[in-house]
Amino acid sequence: MTSNAESLRNRAFQAIRGQKPETVTVLSCLLAVEDELGYIPPEAAEEVARVTGSTINDVWGVASFYTNFQFQPPGRHRVEVCWGPTCHVKGVMPVIRQVMDILGIDGEGATEDGNVSLRFNTCLGACANGPVISVDHHLMGRITPDGARHVLEEIRNGIPSEDDGAS
Amino acid sequence: MPPSFEEIREQGIDRWRGLTQGTRPWVRIGTALCGKAAGADAVVASIVERMDQKHVSAMVSEVGCLGPCFAEPLVDVSMPDGSRVVYRNVTPELATRIVDSHLLEGQPLADAALGVIGNQLNGSIPSLWDHPMMKPQRRIALRNAGQVDPMDIHQYAANDGYAALHKALTEMTPDEVRQEVSDSGLRGRGGAAFPTGTKWNFLAGANDPVKYILVNCEEGDPGAFNDKGILESDPHSLIEGVILAGYATGATKGYVFIRHGHDGPIDRTWRAIEQARQLGILGRNIFGSNFCFDMEVSLTGDSYVAGEETALMESIEGKRAMPRFRPPFPAQIGLFGKPSNINNVKTLAYVPQIILNGGRWFAGIGQDRSTGTAILCLSGDLTYSGMAEVPMGMTLRQVVDEIGGGVPNGKALKLLQTGGPLGGVLSAVDLDIALDFDAMSKAGAILGSGGLIAASEDACVVDLTRALIAFCQYESCGKCFPCRTGMTHLLEVLERICRMDSTPEDMTLMGRVGRSMQAGSLCGHGQLGFNPVSSAVRYFREEFEQHLNDKVCPTGTCPGSWHSPTRVRR
Ligand SMILES: Cc1cc2nc3c(=O)[nH]c(=O)nc-3n(C[C@H](O)[C@H](O)[C@H](O)COP(=O)(O)O)c2cc1C
Ligand code: SF4
Ligand code: FES
Repeated sequence: MTSNAESLRNRAFQAIRGQKPETVTVLSCLLAVEDELGYIPPEAAEEVARVTGSTINDVWGVASFYTNFQFQPPGRHRVEVCWGPTCHVKGVMPVIRQVMDILGIDGEGATEDGNVSLRFNTCLGACANGPVISVDHHLMGRITPDGARHVLEEIRNGIPSEDDGAS
Repeated sequence: MPPSFEEIREQGIDRWRGLTQGTRPWVRIGTALCGKAAGADAVVASIVERMDQKHVSAMVSEVGCLGPCFAEPLVDVSMPDGSRVVYRNVTPELATRIVDSHLLEGQPLADAALGVIGNQLNGSIPSLWDHPMMKPQRRIALRNAGQVDPMDIHQYAANDGYAALHKALTEMTPDEVRQEVSDSGLRGRGGAAFPTGTKWNFLAGANDPVKYILVNCEEGDPGAFNDKGILESDPHSLIEGVILAGYATGATKGYVFIRHGHDGPIDRTWRAIEQARQLGILGRNIFGSNFCFDMEVSLTGDSYVAGEETALMESIEGKRAMPRFRPPFPAQIGLFGKPSNINNVKTLAYVPQIILNGGRWFAGIGQDRSTGTAILCLSGDLTYSGMAEVPMGMTLRQVVDEIGGGVPNGKALKLLQTGGPLGGVLSAVDLDIALDFDAMSKAGAILGSGGLIAASEDACVVDLTRALIAFCQYESCGKCFPCRTGMTHLLEVLERICRMDSTPEDMTLMGRVGRSMQAGSLCGHGQLGFNPVSSAVRYFREEFEQHLNDKVCPTGTCPGSWHSPTRVRR
């Protein structure tokens, strides 16, 4: 357990140190940690506080404000669904329903087996090809409930999501 | 010693000639967010693999967004003889055939083409610029989008790139640059349409050796993707605009503010900044002048309100993105306490062309107090969705019917949602409104950042309004209560209406809540947050009343099932 905590702390520190911009802030550090670990464990928050000379409360204050930060380890695969107005108009709701049914969860979070975590996004930036979801950072536009099922099955069977689910 | 402007330009022109008139074909593949969402990565892989198998020698470049996102993935093949064909909806399988037939045998696949550019190929394929979506366009900020490799500064240089900066630094005083921008009539494309020249004068008047130019690419508006589109397609046009803004106002550093996670725009902007530094276009004594300026990218977390200009500064400082009180204004006390100027990506991307061609030239495009072009993002129920740049003054009906190609499948258009979630809803029967900041706000909608979401007759206006308010509620930063609790109340009422569970008094209640929000909120989020409801009721009162009084949803949408995240405030 301790060694795991140490390794998290270490990885967080390396991520914080490796930032490109000159301007290093609590937020920039948290984003770097999230990119590396996929979530913000307490050890990482402590590192951010230490490096930026802030209090741990300041760090949690920032982390809890931005909706992207997660505080539990993510699933192995990450699915994001867009619930923005364009995707809404283009029929994303049945897609989201399908995704949640297949994953057996109701809303954001990870599946019980830790294989997949689901997040809602307000706009994935590819509205012209809505409805849009993203799987492990790959955008998939013009997605249908069937297309979503297909992609999730591939994940379950361990096929990397290299191919796109676009129609 | 960095190269001179003339050397950069020469090298650029050489590079461009090699690509367009060389001995090898040049294949450009659109890999902006729209392209990727349609599967462009697999197309790139397929083309490269096939070329390898067949020993085809061609230059392959990943470019940004040409505009017709509905036809993505786009593959644009130009041959040494100068002919150029743009293919639509390319699959990995079609990509293989393009290599075999077009690259190897010189036989274009007419059936799969969207259009040709330039040379007509005996008329067998129509011209891309005659496509209904492309024809009415006038491209200023998007002139290079989809045409140049955004990762190659030399291609930008070959197409007038950095000529405006060179002109300003060698022939113009900062006052003259600001005057040119004022003469152009340019108004901010981020939402508030504030005159850019006036804003720059505020910053120029601030007496401080350290000042900042902040570029707003938060672009949290769902339905808007043109800021990210410009950064992915032609980041140097923004960088040149930022350096010009810095010179005109005496600023020392620029920040490009982007939401994390959008790797395409972020990586391409970083790459472009690094290339500009290498050529001495950013850094000390730019083009041998005594002007020094540098830039960096600043990432933010997911927060819509971070796009509000004072919240943006809080976010760059690494804090919660909650708006500040004004005064003091950013031009007095801004980022890190220093005078700052905030502009949208599109606003700044116009500036190089304005300096090059003159403010009068820009003012001659568009109408009245809305000069220049509008950069639109068309999405929703339209035949041609994507990004387009058209002269201001075109009517919304023309935009929908011509550029958007109308609603597919013979359906009728019902409404347009414009200007992002804080904008408004316009009815399809009332679309003879010009693309014009003032005309649109008079009609109860805003042009805002240029997002236009079309919905067909199948859409329920109450359901859409609920979705918009769900967004606004989720994104309220929580700093002031009229917005924080007001949005929550509005959402509760709208959910009741959608569930056919409301009372007629609910309309009055919403009005009261909305007025408190307008009067008592600190920033635009709360002040404008009632717009989606008020504009929808203005054009579709009857449909609301059917839900309220008769408990029927005429489109059969409500009560649908909707899934949206709930915001827990910690
Ligand atoms: C809630 C809220 C969100 C905003 N989001 C953005 C945004 O994402 N991008 C943007 O350019 N402006 C946004 N604005 C407008 C900015 O506050 C500011 O007016 C703009 O960036 C100024 O640039 P301009 O003068 O070039 O338009 C937002 C305003 C509010 C109230
Ligand atoms: S109006 Fe809303 S978003 Fe703006 S400061 Fe107040 S609570 Fe925050
Ligand atoms: S609204 Fe879904 S990608 Fe923009």
